[in-house]
Amino acid sequence: MDQIFTLDVHGLRSKLAAHEVSPVEVVRALARRIEAVDPAVRGYLSIDLERAIGEAEAADVTKPLGGVPIAIKDVISVRGAPCTCGSRILAGYRAPYDATVIARLRAAGAIPFGRTNMDEFAMGSSTENSAFGPTHNPYDPARTPGGSSGGSAAVVAADEAFAALGSDTGGSIRQPAAFCGCVGFKPTYGRVSRYGLVAFASSLDQIGPFTKTVRDAALLLNAIAGVDPCDSTSLDEPVPDFTTNLDRGVKGVRLGLPREYFVSGLDPQVERAVRQAVEHYAKLGAEIVEVSLPHTEYALSTYYIIAPAEASANLARFDGVRYGYRAEQPGDLLEHYGRTREEGFGAEVKRRIILGTYALSSGYYDAYYLKAQKARTLIRDDFSRAFRRVDAIVCPTSPTPAFKLGERANDPLSMYLADVFTLAANMAGICGVSIPCGFAEAEGKLLPIGLQILGNSLEEGRVLQVANAYEQTTDWHKRRPQSVTGNA
Amino acid sequence: MSSEDLDVEYVAELARIRLTPEEVATFRSQLGHVLEHVARLNRLNVAGVEPTAHSFPIYNVFRADEVKPSLPREEALANAPRQAEGLFLVTKVLD
Repeated sequence: MDQIFTLDVHGLRSKLAAHEVSPVEVVRALARRIEAVDPAVRGYLSIDLERAIGEAEAADVTKPLGGVPIAIKDVISVRGAPCTCGSRILAGYRAPYDATVIARLRAAGAIPFGRTNMDEFAMGSSTENSAFGPTHNPYDPARTPGGSSGGSAAVVAADEAFAALGSDTGGSIRQPAAFCGCVGFKPTYGRVSRYGLVAFASSLDQIGPFTKTVRDAALLLNAIAGVDPCDSTSLDEPVPDFTTNLDRGVKGVRLGLPREYFVSGLDPQVERAVRQAVEHYAKLGAEIVEVSLPHTEYALSTYYIIAPAEASANLARFDGVRYGYRAEQPGDLLEHYGRTREEGFGAEVKRRIILGTYALSSGYYDAYYLKAQKARTLIRDDFSRAFRRVDAIVCPTSPTPAFKLGERANDPLSMYLADVFTLAANMAGICGVSIPCGFAEAEGKLLPIGLQILGNSLEEGRVLQVANAYEQTTDWHKRRPQSVTGNA
Repeated sequence: MSSEDLDVEYVAELARIRLTPEEVATFRSQLGHVLEHVARLNRLNVAGVEPTAHSFPIYNVFRADEVKPSLPREEALANAPRQAEGLFLVTKVLD
């Protein structure tokens, strides 16, 4: 039982249900693992062990996720727990209620355990924008785990969590999953309730799981998906059992290869791994079809108007009145706001609020925001056309493997480019996953590479089926980082 | 659209964020690069294209008009940096 933390959720569930291990023993084993490993990874911002043990004592192991501890990105509310969003402005804040996803995890028997690090307000691609210091990539501590959900990805990859929740606005689940070599799933917009998720860009944000296997992603989606009266954008659609079709294979399944995703700037080792994965799918019986997403070159520009515009409105709530940091001794109300936000927000959040405010300001609204919304229509239409010809799209998750800490920190545009292959899916509202598909070698270290599989709206089951067919016939997902964790 | 038009100090004022002169200079340069990239949208013909605000627009989402319990006042105030007599304290607006 010493190595219990190496299990996936499915394996842990079997042992818990058979009473081979108790939920309290699981929580304690995980806490020991975190103590041993996290000083090097720094994936967690806070942990309430006492509370988790109390909840483990009361856990019902007959439930679908009974007794399974799950790490939570520090942007999702758990009643009574901190929810800093990686920001100084929310240091000391405690959430007054459970997010719907947390209520649903609890209903399935799971135990929220630990708050994971993130880029401030989910704005970033490296977790370096956290006010509480960066998380380190378990495969190479000199590199970033990706972001913004870098903490969630790193703790799953380093066996410091059986699974975790994150949020994805432009790739913040899929890109860190690729960098850390785990599974990261972004559901269809509206599939999972956003109630209790601190808003970044409300028309793009979506909560999803980080797991060690595709099956585990299906298990977590089963627990968290479905319409919610507290989120009027949640979709009132039936939620299937996402594990049902996992093993159906890909014989006769049509997979689209978007030609615009294999361009200059794509790392040769990433390209090779993704092309090998595509060949592997062909051997498994899938039909490979070249497709075109012609407006791909406009996706980044469109996103960096729409997301900051929505963020500038959402983050107006941080005014130092109802919660959070408040500047001392302001001369008047304007100084109160100006200094509270100056002292409370980090550089990237300020940059995006300014960019978004500018795009929405009088005289520039039509040129930027309205234009971007129209470009968004064209990007969405690209996917609609492609999905008339194929069942899923396969492509790289990120153009490069994990980059070094500090390497892009002072060049926002180069940081934004890390999400160039993921953010179109958020604007189209479709679902997608990143799964491990190989390793790149850099300076003597092996760095994970992610394969992105995108599916049409509400086609989570299909995406999981395609992902599982690959996972079941390859071994990449069984690899574990050695440099930080000392795993064999 | 052009990156020349971005007046960082003015926009920061609109956004109620005070910036140091160094931040103003840094942001002007960094956001200038971002806006140069964004300018490629100028090449895109969007005549006749409807804007998309939401990928799945849902309208008229109603719930039953029933009274439900809400956050008790103490809990709603628990995170307030300053409070008095069951109220949030704001900085004085009028003299």
